[in-house]
Amino acid sequence: MKLNGAQILVDCLKSEGVKHIFGYPGGAVLHIYDALDACTTIDHILVRHEQGAVHAADGYARTSGKCGVSLVTSGPGLTNAVTGIATAFTDSIPMVVISGQVPSAVIGSDAFQEVDAVGITRSCVKHNFLVKNANDLAETVKKAFYIATTGRPGPVLIDITKDTTIAEIEYEGYPETIKMRSYQPEMQINNEQVAKAIAIIEKSQKPIIYSGGGSVIGNASEVLTALTRNTGFPITQTLMGLGAYPGTDKQSVGMLGMHGTYEANMAMHDSDCIIAVGARFDDRITGNLEKFCPYAKIIHIDIDPSSVGKVVGVDVSVIGQVNDVLYALIQGLEGKTLPNIDPWWQQINEWRKVDSLAYKTVEGVIKPQTVIEALYEVTNGQAIVTSDVGQHQMWAAQYYPFDKPRRWINSGGLGTMGFGLPAAMGAKLAEPELEVACVTGDGSIQMMLQELSTMLQYHTPVKIISLNNGYLGMVRQWQEFFYEKRYSMSYMDALPDFVKLAESYGHIGIRVEKEEDLKPALIEAFKQKDRTVFLDIITDPNENVFPMIPSGAGHHEMLLAGRDEMASTNDSGLNLV
Amino acid sequence: MRHIISIQLENESGALSRVSGLFSARGFNIESLTVAATNDPTLSRMTIVSVGDDDIIEQIVKQVNKLVDVVKVTDLTATEHVERELLIVKISISNNTQDDVDAQLDHFNAKVIDAAEDAYIVELAGKSQKINDFLAALNADQIIEVSRTGVTGVCQKI
Repeated sequence: MKLNGAQILVDCLKSEGVKHIFGYPGGAVLHIYDALDACTTIDHILVRHEQGAVHAADGYARTSGKCGVSLVTSGPGLTNAVTGIATAFTDSIPMVVISGQVPSAVIGSDAFQEVDAVGITRSCVKHNFLVKNANDLAETVKKAFYIATTGRPGPVLIDITKDTTIAEIEYEGYPETIKMRSYQPEMQINNEQVAKAIAIIEKSQKPIIYSGGGSVIGNASEVLTALTRNTGFPITQTLMGLGAYPGTDKQSVGMLGMHGTYEANMAMHDSDCIIAVGARFDDRITGNLEKFCPYAKIIHIDIDPSSVGKVVGVDVSVIGQVNDVLYALIQGLEGKTLPNIDPWWQQINEWRKVDSLAYKTVEGVIKPQTVIEALYEVTNGQAIVTSDVGQHQMWAAQYYPFDKPRRWINSGGLGTMGFGLPAAMGAKLAEPELEVACVTGDGSIQMMLQELSTMLQYHTPVKIISLNNGYLGMVRQWQEFFYEKRYSMSYMDALPDFVKLAESYGHIGIRVEKEEDLKPALIEAFKQKDRTVFLDIITDPNENVFPMIPSGAGHHEMLLAGRDEMASTNDSGLNLV
Repeated sequence: MRHIISIQLENESGALSRVSGLFSARGFNIESLTVAATNDPTLSRMTIVSVGDDDIIEQIVKQVNKLVDVVKVTDLTATEHVERELLIVKISISNNTQDDVDAQLDHFNAKVIDAAEDAYIVELAGKSQKINDFLAALNADQIIEVSRTGVTGVCQKI
């Protein structure tokens, strides 16, 4: 069958089962858009900015577990997409980004809208390709999806020159399988390593499971839950891992790390056996490495060998699919007598009594924590929650316990402000039956506001829960603590009227200024099933995220919100614990 | 410690910059780097000399291995291996110095590949240390230009 490159590309995407593409047209991809126009099985979502396209594809991928797909033009189309690509890369999200490129004949001549896409994205993709010949197209697309979705997933860029999309060639169909001698993601678990891990677990008095994003990405929720239940061990989850194990379960000690719970961080610090599952010992988790888990033997389960020993030396590593390794552990532990860890649980329950997430409410002021708790209540804890980056992100992670994986969608590794709104759109397209809430702030929301327009066009009703404190809150918090309250550039003057703004985009806007109006407004918002509702909630501008491990401190040196006189601001003092 | 990392990778455009970009992005150091196609024209061999403690070398090997274009990574220094580097050096000569230079060439078994009236172009292959010693043995004023290939090598095991 004779087809042009653009038609071949579209056929490849169809054959891959792609249902949604998030993109933005331009000169170099016009042939592709022409071919897409004739395709009835793929919905194209026309975003308002390429960064939004990639974040939306990312939110779609995180929610569905499928590969996200994004299509952008050359030059500025690609450079706008880079932040989204880097966001997906840092959190290991499967994604294929297709970018147009100037015609092969003019590559290197500084042609109109030419950038070296492969060069620019090299350090923030799992792999990338430049296709200059239509005959290479189908195999390259096959490779791209294969690489993006296997092993440790990640974004793959396919940069396609315009002449490739125009050239007509004999098309022999999409390859069914692909083999690459230089890329073999399948791996056998080393049983000796599993046995070593079991030997450590058997001897432990104070074990803890530390589970990360790999448990979500690797769809290991069920096996992780089984291992945790079988052993009776406490489990703490990273920001990226929340929901793989039910956050409301009694064996869950909450999130760990910089803004983790007291009991999670203390348990890590005192533990003699840490079972790290799909987690990469990020600096926001470990705090000061010299003070990190001084008594623990560490078992590291990961699909990526380069994660092992990168930050923290470990005692045993088991490389493989998280699911497979956990299953091997469960089998290996069967029939073994585990030590009595009742004293360990007693200790943990003592730490729990510190109630490190307690906060004081103040008459006449809406506390941001209260908003998240109300959101949890109104949605029965069943919503998909996306977030932007900053204080609101931490509060959402702390006060909205997730009982299922793929319900908490946030940019953990790169910390990309602007992620939340387009990601919510992608999440809603992936799970149209579920409620989607985008928890954001007055700073973050303004980075991707234009996507409100896309959300109207494609009818993706989400509830935007904007914690409006007039500040770049996390910046303000650090300036308060570490820069003697010099609030340099963290105050946002001249905010728009978000209600009118939402309305001008065709959505519903509700401003909430009093606590008594909070829950009714949330209930009203979620009643509007088919509408996007923007809740502009005026919250305490002085509230800080606690607990906190300040930089340079260890897990046992957390700052807790003032215990004695919990005032509305933190001026009342911090306790160094 | 000095390590020689031998990398077999797909002979494709951009493969070199994936490896060198990885080194700069992750702050690994490169003392020397050589690359050329092998007997299999679809494969290149790249040889990198890097300096770092065991943890860093382990990370280098793992990170390079992770690159999709990389087929195999070996730390040659961890095995029995041979290594060589090629030096081409331009040396000025005069009636006064020629005997000294000839003596050094003999001593190091270096070969003159181009002889002009006032200069030699000399080649010497050997371990890096031998090349360092040879250059040190010449009078610094006589050295006009130095070009070294960087180290390449193979492991001795079949």
